[in-house]
Amino acid sequence: MAAAAGIDNEAKSTNVLRLWTDERARGVILQVVVLVSLAAFIAMIVSNTLANLERAGLDVGFGFLDNPAFFEINQKLISYSSTSSYGRALIVGLLNTLLVAAMGIVTATIVGFSAGVLRLSPNWLVSRLVATYVETIRNIPVLLQIIFWWTILIELPKVADSVVIGGGIYLNNRGVRLPAPILEAGFGWVFFAFLLAVVATIMIATWAHRRHDKSGQTFPVFWVGLGLIIGLPLATHFALGQPVSWDVPVKQRFNYTGGFNIVPELVALWFALSVYTGAFISEIVRSGIMAVSKGQTEAASALGLRSGQTMRLVVIPQALRVIIPPLTSQYLNLTKNSSLAIAIGYQDVVATGNIILNQSGRSLEIVGIWMLIYLSLSLLTSAFMNWYNKHISLVER
Amino acid sequence: MQTKFMLSAFAAAAAFGAVGLSAGAQAGTLQDVQSAGVLKCGINTGIPGFAFTDDAGTWQGFDVAYCRALAAAVLGDSDKIEFVNLTGNQRFPALASGEIDVLSRNTTWTFSRDVDLGFTFLGVNYYDGQGFIGRRSLGIGSATELDGASVCIQTGTTTELNLADFFRVNGMDFEPVPIETNEEARTAYLAERCDVYTTDASGLAATKSAFDDPDAHIVFPEIVSKEPLGPLVRQGDDEWADIGRWTLNVLINAEELGVTQANVEQLAAGTDNPEINRMLGSEGEFGELLGLSGDWAVAAIKAGGNYGEIFERFVGTGTPLGLQRGLNALWTSGGLIYAPPLR
Repeated sequence: MAAAAGIDNEAKSTNVLRLWTDERARGVILQVVVLVSLAAFIAMIVSNTLANLERAGLDVGFGFLDNPAFFEINQKLISYSSTSSYGRALIVGLLNTLLVAAMGIVTATIVGFSAGVLRLSPNWLVSRLVATYVETIRNIPVLLQIIFWWTILIELPKVADSVVIGGGIYLNNRGVRLPAPILEAGFGWVFFAFLLAVVATIMIATWAHRRHDKSGQTFPVFWVGLGLIIGLPLATHFALGQPVSWDVPVKQRFNYTGGFNIVPELVALWFALSVYTGAFISEIVRSGIMAVSKGQTEAASALGLRSGQTMRLVVIPQALRVIIPPLTSQYLNLTKNSSLAIAIGYQDVVATGNIILNQSGRSLEIVGIWMLIYLSLSLLTSAFMNWYNKHISLVER
Repeated sequence: MQTKFMLSAFAAAAAFGAVGLSAGAQAGTLQDVQSAGVLKCGINTGIPGFAFTDDAGTWQGFDVAYCRALAAAVLGDSDKIEFVNLTGNQRFPALASGEIDVLSRNTTWTFSRDVDLGFTFLGVNYYDGQGFIGRRSLGIGSATELDGASVCIQTGTTTELNLADFFRVNGMDFEPVPIETNEEARTAYLAERCDVYTTDASGLAATKSAFDDPDAHIVFPEIVSKEPLGPLVRQGDDEWADIGRWTLNVLINAEELGVTQANVEQLAAGTDNPEINRMLGSEGEFGELLGLSGDWAVAAIKAGGNYGEIFERFVGTGTPLGLQRGLNALWTSGGLIYAPPLR
């Protein structure tokens, strides 16, 4: 009886031991242990925080977002006044963040791709110049660059000595003031014409591509498309008797008012982020191009492709597979770096949140909102770039 | 899976952000300070006159002097202080969490801070108000003529709110240029990025004194807000709040009664003025009632002198700030500084 029990125990312990020596089972056990301890750790922190908040008599909640903000914002993409709510002030700030991030991503990509290709130029001077740009810019903290551009821009002529560019455009150290279009009835048709032109261009491009595949004949899609997209809305505009009037800036006692103002803070931030991130992107592009084997280029020229076509049709599509993943990181960095706006007074989501935090004292909630916003922006960017990466990846058979 | 992981990472990060608000001690701050043997005092990260480091690297200033007096009253030594430098955004979480015992950082006493954030203000040690500075060449003499102007602001204070209220009430428009630090805000003002610069009047005086050509600028007469500045503690520890409040009252009463850093030892032996005797401990047991030693007030006054002495040493007319007493004169000299009596 005792012997049987002993054997039974032994069998059990070997079973447990076997579970541990089994690589897959061990992996599952370790993951469960790590996950449970992580969850316990988070639960501890959260309950500790809540308990302490309760003891300090502080409540956590987002009801305060409905309270009036009582502060002004200098760049508003949607209507906002100092009696609007905190929540609306945050949205105005978020839109400002999105604006500068979107502008920065576009220009940083253009700057980065141009610099990356030029760095590989056989022209010694060009490649050295680009190398100097990259090595200088990426080794200087971006905050200093933002303040640098801003300091230059606020040394532009004062309001009294504004540069008159003509057509109601004025440039001074408070920004570029442009006439703002006021859309009148009938402008909807111009917009419709624009949409029509875009759709037509896409259809022509598809048709030209198919014809090229079949017959090898080429069609100047770019020029035709450009003509359509510019020409069609313009023709409609004049045919309808120009259904737009202009709100032209007027000089007042202190400032130009009316029209549309591009503040120097936005321009400084945009320049700095584009130039800084562009330097990193150019290195990514260079490495991507160099990762494509030389045989591909040689094969392309053996087939009779010109060097521009070789780059566009053979090298770049393959290089993109190397470029996209690190490029995503740069886009995320640019978006996050835009929060340095507060240093020069561009009212992004951090700057507006800061004022709200200060007035309402809701630090926990505001910091939470900030983290949620930047996390969401980053995840959305990543998701899009991952989709694009999959879209262009090599189809392997 | 990656998304899930990042979400949980976010939750962890959020919780870490929150943990700063833990360990808030509710009662017994006096016992905590005495057993630690050090007073943790929250002050500014640096502002001329109010909190700055001297040549020896020790913290000095109008706000710092209050901390020193409190440390002297509680611990008998004005150097038993751990200074915690705080920005405008850090100060309230730091106090709420118990990271500091008292906050003396030119903080405006407002309803929401007193009631909603759960703090207790100990009194007012500086009556300030928000004003504007502009160029004389603008040709205006009043802030009510600023319709359409661009206004530079040092962000992170109550300044934005006062500014928006002032312009709204007067039916005027303005373009705010809110900048994080005083230096950058000044740069922007001097480059004429904005027409006027706004902050508390005491700060305007300090800023103007540092301009190359101070006479080209004018501080407009309008004070657009009330900014009663004073020290504050966490709500819920009345014993500790009493100690802080009466330390401030002692400094003010000392000026009124002519008790100075130089003569306090001598007067503590006993005088024929019962008010001085009660304050300095030769009559009654006021220190013991607060849970402190009998010579608490002597120590507090010896630390940096009475209210008037502290004012003149750090921000008065003899300093680069050159502030007049104005509203901050004693009530007997036409100001607002008034402390309840010790009896």
